[in-house]
Amino acid sequence: MSKKKTLYVPDAPFRPGEKPDFSHLKLPRAGDAKKPKIMVEPPEIRDLAFSLVRVLDDKHKAVGTWDPKLDPSILKEGLRHMTLLRIFDNRMQTMHRQGKLSFYMKSLGEEAVAISQGMALRPDDILFPSYRQPGLQFVRGRDIVDMICHCITNSKDNVKGRQIPVHYSWKEGNLVSISSPVGTQFPQAVGCAMASAYKGEDNVSISWMGDGTAAEGDFHHAINFASVYKAPVLLNVVNNQWAISTHKNISSGGATFAARGIAYDIPSIRVDGNDFLALYSVTSWAAERARKGGGPTFIEVFTYRGEAHSTSDDPSRYRPKDEWKSWPLGDPIERLKAHLIDLGEWSKKDQTKLEKELDELVIKSYKEAEKHGTLSAGPWASEETLFEDVYKKPPRHLRRQRQEFGI
Amino acid sequence: MSQMNIIQSVNSALDIVLEKDENICIFGEDVGYFGGVFRCTDGLQKKYGTHRVFDTPLSEGGILSTAIGMGINGLRPVAEIQFADYIFPAFDQITNELAKLRYRSGGEYWAPVTVRTPCGGGIRGGHYHSQSPEAYFTHTPGLKVVMPSNPYDTKGLLITSIEDDDPVIFFEPKRLYNGPFDGDHKKAALKWDTHPKGEVPEDYYSIPLGQASIERQGSKVTVLTYGTMVHVAREAADSSGIDAEIIDLRSLVPLDMDTISESVRKTGRCMIVHEAPRTSGFGGELSAQVQEECFYHLEAPIARVTGWDTPFPHSLEWHYFPSQERVIESMKKVMES
Repeated sequence: MSKKKTLYVPDAPFRPGEKPDFSHLKLPRAGDAKKPKIMVEPPEIRDLAFSLVRVLDDKHKAVGTWDPKLDPSILKEGLRHMTLLRIFDNRMQTMHRQGKLSFYMKSLGEEAVAISQGMALRPDDILFPSYRQPGLQFVRGRDIVDMICHCITNSKDNVKGRQIPVHYSWKEGNLVSISSPVGTQFPQAVGCAMASAYKGEDNVSISWMGDGTAAEGDFHHAINFASVYKAPVLLNVVNNQWAISTHKNISSGGATFAARGIAYDIPSIRVDGNDFLALYSVTSWAAERARKGGGPTFIEVFTYRGEAHSTSDDPSRYRPKDEWKSWPLGDPIERLKAHLIDLGEWSKKDQTKLEKELDELVIKSYKEAEKHGTLSAGPWASEETLFEDVYKKPPRHLRRQRQEFGI
Repeated sequence: MSQMNIIQSVNSALDIVLEKDENICIFGEDVGYFGGVFRCTDGLQKKYGTHRVFDTPLSEGGILSTAIGMGINGLRPVAEIQFADYIFPAFDQITNELAKLRYRSGGEYWAPVTVRTPCGGGIRGGHYHSQSPEAYFTHTPGLKVVMPSNPYDTKGLLITSIEDDDPVIFFEPKRLYNGPFDGDHKKAALKWDTHPKGEVPEDYYSIPLGQASIERQGSKVTVLTYGTMVHVAREAADSSGIDAEIIDLRSLVPLDMDTISESVRKTGRCMIVHEAPRTSGFGGELSAQVQEECFYHLEAPIARVTGWDTPFPHSLEWHYFPSQERVIESMKKVMES
């Protein structure tokens, strides 16, 4: 038996009980990666698929050519949205523990992704997020009460109680309905962008999927169509290291995710996902390029999933408990805060005050939302809605079933 | 014998086949180190090694296509699709490849793949964690389709499915994993230790595919059902006192028409209960076959109680899920005509 060859099966770098050590990552320094001109030929920037765009350095200063040089008021707005997202997530998780939500998914450690990238876009750009970019809605000014009404599946849930929590849809904010089957949104965003080009409009489409999801066929459909039709689309793989229990070493082979874009001749950029400024800058660059007819950009957002996959998951079974604390790129909120303090634009006292204000806002919004019911106690969307929206108009067989149901 | 729930009986079946046949390997999303999101493969990687029980990329098409290749080359893969709702990226590989390989190669090639996948509602999972897609697969020649309703049947049928040289889609009704469920969600959840079929032999045994089980003897109406609905139909008959014979099909393809036909000829009435939507659901096939074989014995039209022809909702789950009340109402209607 010993002469038998054995199939190679990869493993995660660290398992429960082991001490995480990310020194092997060999991270480039902030400012190392250089910003190219907007209409650069993709082969000229292949290095960006292996490097890492970082703007905030270890001393909390913004350095290098990718520094977007944002007005402090924009940085403060970003900090506010990210802080709100973390507080909102914590409140929803608490309410899930109290049985008020059937399910929840947090963005811990990844708050900058949706907030910074969302802020770098125009309101008419069309969003195809996965379930871990709810922060986009804060950026576009969605009423928090409405978001909570969806999460507690009450009578004011705009998706009429049809989806589990965090599967938002928000037409007014150009945020397309979120699906549980992972990755399906990626090629849809490409089609949406193709339609913008077709109609001669200069808005872009943008989508996000996780590192695990990048194993699905939909990833490949998306990047190939984007390349073939030079669609004005921003495709982001949020490489947060974990897909439930599946480490990215198990879900994908190859060098970096960004390197995959090289073969499709698409500008492919790897960016520090915990660096608000770097994300903003790369997203602005890609959006401007797309608007000018330069076609798609593929972005690997390098980050770490700080929390469980969802409230149904228990990561202590498959990864070290403190792994996030060892993540060398830190906490996106702490990093932006430290930068603002360094600029003399913010203080710890300001942050405490902000957190208190947002905490009160979320509690108040929750109470307001609860007036419209909860999943456990109702009221929900009315019984008639069960048969609505299956088709534009219910066909005969569905009308008959509705009668059989008794309404 | 020992007390097992369905998760444990799946685990026991897999443990036994892994021990018995070194060409059997198990893979899917989160099934290896973690032991599966429902814990069905818990401990198996540690016991048999990473090349026997392993995690895969999140790619249902990749899981099924590589399973076919492994099957062609002498292995006997058991692939898990984490939720039946997520099987569709693998649909082409299952329906065009796995199902047709033996036929299209003139019998030269086949792949003895078993696909395990949790299905069905009743867990507040919304429409992407609640579907019952069995009819897509019963409609595909070349596939066998199984759905057990209790721990004892699960283990015996799963062992048979894995050892079968034809591909099998093995649906596990997830609402039944931890206990029987009669459709009354307001009652405290039951465990399998209260149910006779929660008694499961620890050793190897198998149950042939294509043999239905008479879950409840009766003489006035035959109820054809499978999965979670077996328990709903049984409780409906018990609580209403209707003298119904409940047949748990267990395997949809192959289908035990002998048992069905014998029962319908005896009772003269037939109804079908399943969780999946009605239009083109497996109930349509059952209804057709029953009228083909038993038309002159039928005293009433065949009735169907099914999920509505809508996606599976989240907040209105219990308005969608076929209830005991709907089953009783339909039984009474069939009895009246």
